[in-house]
Amino acid sequence: MPRALRHTLLVVLPVTLAAALLPLGYSNQLLLFNFVVFLTLAQGVNVIYGFTGYLPFGYVGFFGAGAYGFSLSVIHLHMAPLGALGVGALAAILLGLLLTPLLRLSGAYFAIANLAAALAVYQVVSNPNLTEITKGPYGISLSGVYHPQLSYAVAVAIMSATLSLAVYLRNSRFGLALQAIREDAVSAAMAGINVVRARTLAWLLSALVAGLIGGAFAWYVSVFYPDTVFSADFSIFAIVFALFGGVATATGPVLGVLILYGIYNAIGISTPQYFQLIYGLLIMGLVLFLPNGLVSLLKRRGIDVP
Amino acid sequence: MLEYALLAGLVFGLYFSLVGLGLNLVFGVMRIVNLAHGDFLMLGAFGAFWLFNLIHLNPIATVFLALILFTALGVPLYYLLVPRLLRAKDPEMLSIILFFGLSQVIEALATIVFGPSERSIPGRVLGSGPVQVLGQSFPAAWLASGVASALAVLGVYLYLYRTRLGYLTRAVMVNREEALATGIDVHRVSAIAFGVGLALAAIAGVFAPFMLGSVTPAMGVDLNIQSFVVIVIGSLGNPLGTVLGGIVYGVSLMFMQTYFSSWANLLPYVLLILILLVRPSGLLGRQVRRA
Repeated sequence: MPRALRHTLLVVLPVTLAAALLPLGYSNQLLLFNFVVFLTLAQGVNVIYGFTGYLPFGYVGFFGAGAYGFSLSVIHLHMAPLGALGVGALAAILLGLLLTPLLRLSGAYFAIANLAAALAVYQVVSNPNLTEITKGPYGISLSGVYHPQLSYAVAVAIMSATLSLAVYLRNSRFGLALQAIREDAVSAAMAGINVVRARTLAWLLSALVAGLIGGAFAWYVSVFYPDTVFSADFSIFAIVFALFGGVATATGPVLGVLILYGIYNAIGISTPQYFQLIYGLLIMGLVLFLPNGLVSLLKRRGIDVP
Repeated sequence: MLEYALLAGLVFGLYFSLVGLGLNLVFGVMRIVNLAHGDFLMLGAFGAFWLFNLIHLNPIATVFLALILFTALGVPLYYLLVPRLLRAKDPEMLSIILFFGLSQVIEALATIVFGPSERSIPGRVLGSGPVQVLGQSFPAAWLASGVASALAVLGVYLYLYRTRLGYLTRAVMVNREEALATGIDVHRVSAIAFGVGLALAAIAGVFAPFMLGSVTPAMGVDLNIQSFVVIVIGSLGNPLGTVLGGIVYGVSLMFMQTYFSSWANLLPYVLLILILLVRPSGLLGRQVRRA
């Protein structure tokens, strides 16, 4: 059996089936929806950080762009939700294109500039001067298209596609090329990889993923404020979940979300500061002792992790 | 209007130099990004608040207390975190994540201890009534903070250029390996610089209630961005370039607030991105771009 097929059967299929079937027997659909959102975002971070090495500290910018692209096209253009989802994705990709010059920055500078970019987008969207267009700080209400079942199903489909993307990158020449760029861009270029095109493509793919799930999020919750969808928590959680499990694999981010977001829901909602303390300590321990995440424990024993 | 914006910008510029100074010192010496910088600033602000409320300690006295306490805290923290970090493959990148974790820990502990509400210290503590300067009137607390910031910057200048330790510190800044090869105890020098960096953040924090309004445990993130803007405009890795950055940032912030107040919040972010993209090597003095 080819490796990509085996990985699909091992990761994409079970996670998708679980997400699709759990609502039948479990009543807290919002919780499941949040899991789906973070599974997608963590894989989106995996695409750009895990494979390419750019740390997207402002990843939430794409999520917010997707949510607002979706909402504004429903409000102003009266579009059907599925079409509006396309507009959300387009908004995220346009933002990604606008930010491609940032990819010229290395390491820490990219992370900081990306964070600043996300905050700048938030400041523009929530500016009271633009209330006519974006509803400013007063938030969005989409009661007309509210449809929890359909939007949940769409989110699961987006998550499944994102997982497949991670499996594809894990097993393809393109994914290998991205990892070569991460290790050493100059050598990768010498080996015949078009560095600029490859990293731009990875960047736009991860923007697309966040934009789509952002649109689905707006559709599912249907009432939100700009600081909901531009909350730095989305970037940070997604990065920490992906790192905790182990990036550049399809399994790592899934494990990270299941474990850490599970803990978050157990203790983080009632006492967020204790969860913040735990994940702060986890991050520090991770960087110092296990920089390649949980899956590196398996990899060290020679196990092929999907 | 114009004179007011210019003068207030200058005062705030001096203060922002102090805000960025510690971050730049740590970056210059260790080439790591202390993303918990804003949180140490927050700790300084809360320290000033509590000491003022409990024993009516004047914030000026808190400055000296903060200098000693945070330097003493920084040295063991350096040995705990940094040597291990510097052995990693890409310390600069990993430092962002590591210190982000530290900032979360500090923020969480501060929330647990102080609670999430906003705190402030009345401005009259640093001098009463508005003060007239060149026909414009400013709160006395602003001027006191500006003067204190200038003195702190002067202190860093004396430390770096007039002491033997500063001489060694500058050697480590220029080239860590060669400093090691000439027999400098690089870790000791770096640990002290790290402690001084944290202390500078805490000192800037003492004046935060007067310059930035009320303080909360979550204020760190925003301050990190502002500190970055300041040190990137100045010169990354050169602590005294920070003064230039602080003044440019302070004056442009005041102009934005005077003439386009509703868009002023956008300024630090846009300024940061533009400078990183347009003058990355010229202003920073080192290569930050890939390809």
